[in-house]
Amino acid sequence: MAELLQQVVIGLSSGAIYALLALALVLIHRATGVVNFAQGEMAMFSAYVAWQLVQWGSPYWVAFGGTLVLSFAGGLLLQRVVMRPVENAPVLTIVIVTLGLLLVFNGLATWLWSGEVRTFPPNRPFPTRTFDIGGVVINVQDLGIIAVTVLLVAGLWAFFRFTKAGLALRAAALYPESSRLVGIRVGWMLGVGWGLAAALGAVSGMFTAAAFPPLEPTMMQAVLIYAFAAAVFGGIDSPLGAVVGGLTLGVFLNLVGTYADDLQDLGFPVDLEGLRLPVAFVFILVLLVARPQGLFGRASARRV
Amino acid sequence: MASNSLLLARGARLAGVGAFVVGVAILPRFLSDFRASEFARVGIFFIALIGLNILTGYTGQISLGHGAFMALGGYTSALLIAGRPGLELAQLDPPDWIPVGNGMKDIWTIPIAAFVAGLFGFLVGLPALRLRGLYLALATFALAVSLPIVLREPEELTGGTNGLNLFGTTDDRLTGALDNAVHIPVLDRDITFNDWTYYLVWTTALIGLAIAWFVLRGRSGRAFKAIRDSEVAAASSGVSLASYKTLAFGISAAYAGAAGALFAIVSTIVSPGSFPVFLSIQLLIGVVIAGLGSLGGLVFGALFLYYLPVGIQELSEVGRLPDGLQDAAKSPGMPSVIYGVVLILVLFVLPRGAAGFLRRLLSPLTNRL
Repeated sequence: MAELLQQVVIGLSSGAIYALLALALVLIHRATGVVNFAQGEMAMFSAYVAWQLVQWGSPYWVAFGGTLVLSFAGGLLLQRVVMRPVENAPVLTIVIVTLGLLLVFNGLATWLWSGEVRTFPPNRPFPTRTFDIGGVVINVQDLGIIAVTVLLVAGLWAFFRFTKAGLALRAAALYPESSRLVGIRVGWMLGVGWGLAAALGAVSGMFTAAAFPPLEPTMMQAVLIYAFAAAVFGGIDSPLGAVVGGLTLGVFLNLVGTYADDLQDLGFPVDLEGLRLPVAFVFILVLLVARPQGLFGRASARRV
Repeated sequence: MASNSLLLARGARLAGVGAFVVGVAILPRFLSDFRASEFARVGIFFIALIGLNILTGYTGQISLGHGAFMALGGYTSALLIAGRPGLELAQLDPPDWIPVGNGMKDIWTIPIAAFVAGLFGFLVGLPALRLRGLYLALATFALAVSLPIVLREPEELTGGTNGLNLFGTTDDRLTGALDNAVHIPVLDRDITFNDWTYYLVWTTALIGLAIAWFVLRGRSGRAFKAIRDSEVAAASSGVSLASYKTLAFGISAAYAGAAGALFAIVSTIVSPGSFPVFLSIQLLIGVVIAGLGSLGGLVFGALFLYYLPVGIQELSEVGRLPDGLQDAAKSPGMPSVIYGVVLILVLFVLPRGAAGFLRRLLSPLTNRL
């Protein structure tokens, strides 16, 4: 039982990382109807930026904050410079543009920092202690990641719900024409949306580097797939769904990995441990075939 | 008069197609042997793009998994060409119930591979009916990721990670080895292997193009276009969405299978690594660059897919850039950056692909004033 709880906590921690990236995907999709395939690579790039700031001598949390600001600015700039020229193009064209961005960021990270594996010592976000609650051993880092994620998600929710800027963002996403009539600069709102998504992705990237070292250009590729699974699980337009989906997926995958051996002993034909990615896919596929709009999505009915 | 401009447009189109066919037929005379093999590979992309265009451009279903259908076609073809004797030569021992046969001439494996892939595509199209947009893209992406792994597993049949080497067969099944000239009995001439692959690929491509053109002109084509324009309206007009959407999946998979079979013949080897995930992504990039929903830009799409990576590689190795830039171009990561930037820039200029651009160019010919 203790072991189960431990694995659940670890699962929640990796799930939080997926949830953050999934939230970024949902944010951009809600605002612009576009799936940003480059989200993972942008997150990876932000993690490298953080690493570089640490190399130049700044303490971890200063670098963290700095990276958030830089990522926000970067996301904003990307929307204004790269996405705006194609905003009236067919959706598939826009998706391929994001694929192009994926290639650019991947290449840029390799070019600037080479493919060497690096880690984030000596600064780490959280101390590597563990503590013991009644027999359950919990890692401070896992708790820290979960806590920061909860804070961020709550903060984002409060921003959208209670501030004027958040309201403007929501309006721009839902009713761009009406928003323009009211004086909202829709273009810049979309940019802010991209900026926020980039910042969320940056957190996901930095935590991935901390929780799943080493830091390398391919580190976010699997995370992106899991984030897609999480976003789709919740229904691609639901932020709550993305968070719940991410956490659930994290726990599910971790438990599968932990108990794969036991499953095999019970006669299960395949060794699931190395197959986390296909398992995640099967998970999405089964879910989608059963409920195409995701758990939290609304079934869209089209009017004739 | 209006009918005159329509006739003019139709005439122009026919002339274009005619020039294209003639061009394809005589091109190898002017090309080096190596370029012929390059153009053969362009042709392989071209065939796969025809199919994917029918699926994505005409019925609006996104597939990030067509590399998997190519893999299926490639392996089918390889297995059939090798046959049981060839597999035994490679020390493989497939189970008896699999109809591998005793080795078949390569040309005949192409339609069989297309059929097998098409059948599989049809089966994939059935659950795909429930998904659309991003969800379908994800599901097909899962297919692209999983199929190489699935192909790798039954080692006794597929050769595992090393794949199947068509060279391990006797020469009369695989027409011509790389060094020997290929003898064409009908014309009683000898041509090089590369030229032979060029003609094989492009003949298949032209046949495929003709088939596609007929299908799209007919009832199915109209149904496809109706589905793309508005599924609700199409359904209301009596178009069976399920039938046509799965048909489209099957047809597009068949084209991909044929392309895969040709790929196997041209490369003389297939392995799980021949059909990576990036291939599926490339195919989607190709149809978007070509321009969805029409056959006109497909050659451009195929050329783009083949020559961009090749061009970048040449640029980084033998390019004539000033020294500082040259070093940058050689370093790891840069090719990816250049590919991405070029892709984005091309899409800025041609958001609706080459076909869209052509349409805008030719619209004065077809518009009434």
